[in-house]
Amino acid sequence: MTLNRRTLLKAGLAALAVPAVAACNNGAAARGDGEIIYWLWDSAQLPMYTECAKVFHEQNPQYSVKIEQYGWNDYWSKLVTGFISDTAPDVFTGHSSKYPLFADKGQVLAIDDYVAKDNVDLGIYQKGLADRWIGADGKRYGLPKDWDTEVYFYNSAFTEAAGISTEQLNSMTWNPKDGGTFEQIVRRLTVDSKGRRGDQPGFDKDNVKVYGLGYADAGGGDGQTSWSWYAAINGWKYSEGEPWGTKFFYGDPKFTETIGWWRGLITKGYMPTYAQAKSGVDVTTSFGAGKYAITPNGSWMLGTYGTLKQVKTKLARLPIGPVGKRMSMMNGLADTIWAGTTRRDASWAWVKFLGSQTAQDIVAKAGVVFPAVAASMPAAKAAFAKSGWDVTPFLEPVEAGDVFPYPANPNAADVTAVMTPAMESVMSFEAEPGSLAKANDDVNKILSANT
Amino acid sequence: MIFIAPATLGFVVFYIWPTLRGAYLSFTEYSLLSAPKFNGLANYERMVQDSFFWNALGVTVEYVVINIGVQTVLAVGIAMLMYRLTKSITVRAVILAPYLVANVVVALVWYWMLDVQVGIVNTFLGWVGIDPVAFFGDSHWAIPTVAGINVWRHMGYTALLVFAGLQTIPKYVYEAAEVDGSTEWKTFWRITLPLLRPVLVMVLVVTMIGSFQIFDTVAVTTQGGPINATRVIYYYIYERAFTRFDFGYASAMALVLFAILAVVSLLQLRLLRAKESDLA
Repeated sequence: MTLNRRTLLKAGLAALAVPAVAACNNGAAARGDGEIIYWLWDSAQLPMYTECAKVFHEQNPQYSVKIEQYGWNDYWSKLVTGFISDTAPDVFTGHSSKYPLFADKGQVLAIDDYVAKDNVDLGIYQKGLADRWIGADGKRYGLPKDWDTEVYFYNSAFTEAAGISTEQLNSMTWNPKDGGTFEQIVRRLTVDSKGRRGDQPGFDKDNVKVYGLGYADAGGGDGQTSWSWYAAINGWKYSEGEPWGTKFFYGDPKFTETIGWWRGLITKGYMPTYAQAKSGVDVTTSFGAGKYAITPNGSWMLGTYGTLKQVKTKLARLPIGPVGKRMSMMNGLADTIWAGTTRRDASWAWVKFLGSQTAQDIVAKAGVVFPAVAASMPAAKAAFAKSGWDVTPFLEPVEAGDVFPYPANPNAADVTAVMTPAMESVMSFEAEPGSLAKANDDVNKILSANT
Repeated sequence: MIFIAPATLGFVVFYIWPTLRGAYLSFTEYSLLSAPKFNGLANYERMVQDSFFWNALGVTVEYVVINIGVQTVLAVGIAMLMYRLTKSITVRAVILAPYLVANVVVALVWYWMLDVQVGIVNTFLGWVGIDPVAFFGDSHWAIPTVAGINVWRHMGYTALLVFAGLQTIPKYVYEAAEVDGSTEWKTFWRITLPLLRPVLVMVLVVTMIGSFQIFDTVAVTTQGGPINATRVIYYYIYERAFTRFDFGYASAMALVLFAILAVVSLLQLRLLRAKESDLA
């Protein structure tokens, strides 16, 4: 693949071909005034949104919505080329790791005036969710559509064989010194090639058949599905002024001791080495093949775990930590309007509709994600129960208010570029957890250079 | 003039103009979402101090050396076998088959086969008593693994190029060698290889430029990791441009890479005297 040519081509085309592109199919001129284009990346949600678009058109005959879906990997680069070539969709699904930069560059529309004018009730959403879409500049950039938290997905055949009860799994404790009852359970669930458990004499940590705990990667700068809750229940925060951090704390002893404990599970043989973890196709496939007893993951993965027919999967709560409670990251998506759209009113009408209970009930009934509107939640819970999931562990921290936000930042990509290799070095024992202090300095340097 | 106009127009629009614009952007700070700001040589100064850039160059060179080294030897070997042993069209077709599969598909299939826990290759290794190898996850194995996959895909095609070159060598040289009692081994080193040189140089230049452009295999498997072990230069340029919106810096690196490739190609052509044949 000749990237430089492609890169240059795009840059060159952007300058040359704007008038030409604007006239083509997606262009503003070719469509009716009331016809807007909406993008999302999740193919599993396409049917629900098609249904939403139908209902929206019935309620607002003057408007219609054309939905286009692109996979996550293409979605963001396509969106950016759309911004510069004036062909971006009028409305698109936004993510906390991406929209801050777009807001910073003036590519997404602040909707404060619309919200005020139409008296939109922001109280219908799950607590704290609507505020995630207020940018660093204090302006609101979207209405929330769904949310996610993390729990442990465990192989119930393995826990039963190990004599661990559901109650034990749901009342685990954790601390950075000895890992609490959580580590005891992980140890018991680890089985070597001769069938000896991690807490039995003669356990061979170099020939492990089933690891007690799986992990997908070193977590980068957010650790969403890997270490974020351990650090949080150890009393650690990502940054000063969450979520719009101006100074990060990756060098904090509370964080480095958490990571030190976490990678200690590799030394003890309860987790695979980093090389093995990264060499796998993905953590859910290995879980499905019976290689892991427990894997932490986010609620958006429920559908994927549901397809693993060889194992019986159940959900367990995250552990209680030194701060005395359970905590989970709570992230979510929202619908945002492109600042360059010529159909602002139609776009807003669609965003408002998607943020309403009518639309979120449609989404909830499909049982794919958790709707942002609190009143739509029972429908989602019922739909998940129908597929065999008791999703209570995901809901509890939200209802208790024990959640923390994704570390949103306009420089998220730069922070990731520093933190991903730094965390990987620590997890592969090429650097000590103390080295994260240096990475933290680099992160803070990036932030101060860009503000 | 009129007949070459369409081609010229295409060349100017799709090659000359983008190249010039890329060169210009390399002297700017450009986030794609706001207008480029001229910043002189700042991007180039940054490059000198950027350890990720030097690491990316080093990793890329390691990849090229393994990829081209192994691939060329194997390709010449296969070409010789095709030339001396069989004229079967079926065999030629089979040898070319991997090349007909898309890069990304090849990479993903190997990614599954080489999985440390559920991959078939490690299952086989287990049967002969070898511990599982984390092909993509171990920083020492990652680049040789990526290089090996691309050798597998490309060696058949390269072998066909070499095979075509073999057919340009006149039969009478071989007949003369046979009359003089030369062994097969000696004939290869004294006659075949020297006479093959112009073709080999062409093949080397083309495959090496292609090899420097390694991107897709990394993009769909390791994404630069573990740590920075497979962050090859094109992947780094891509990351800077499309995930970090640092187009000015990415353009500067692309331009430097262009210069490096030009120099490498020129050197190869000079050193290996591509224009002359030993047949004269």
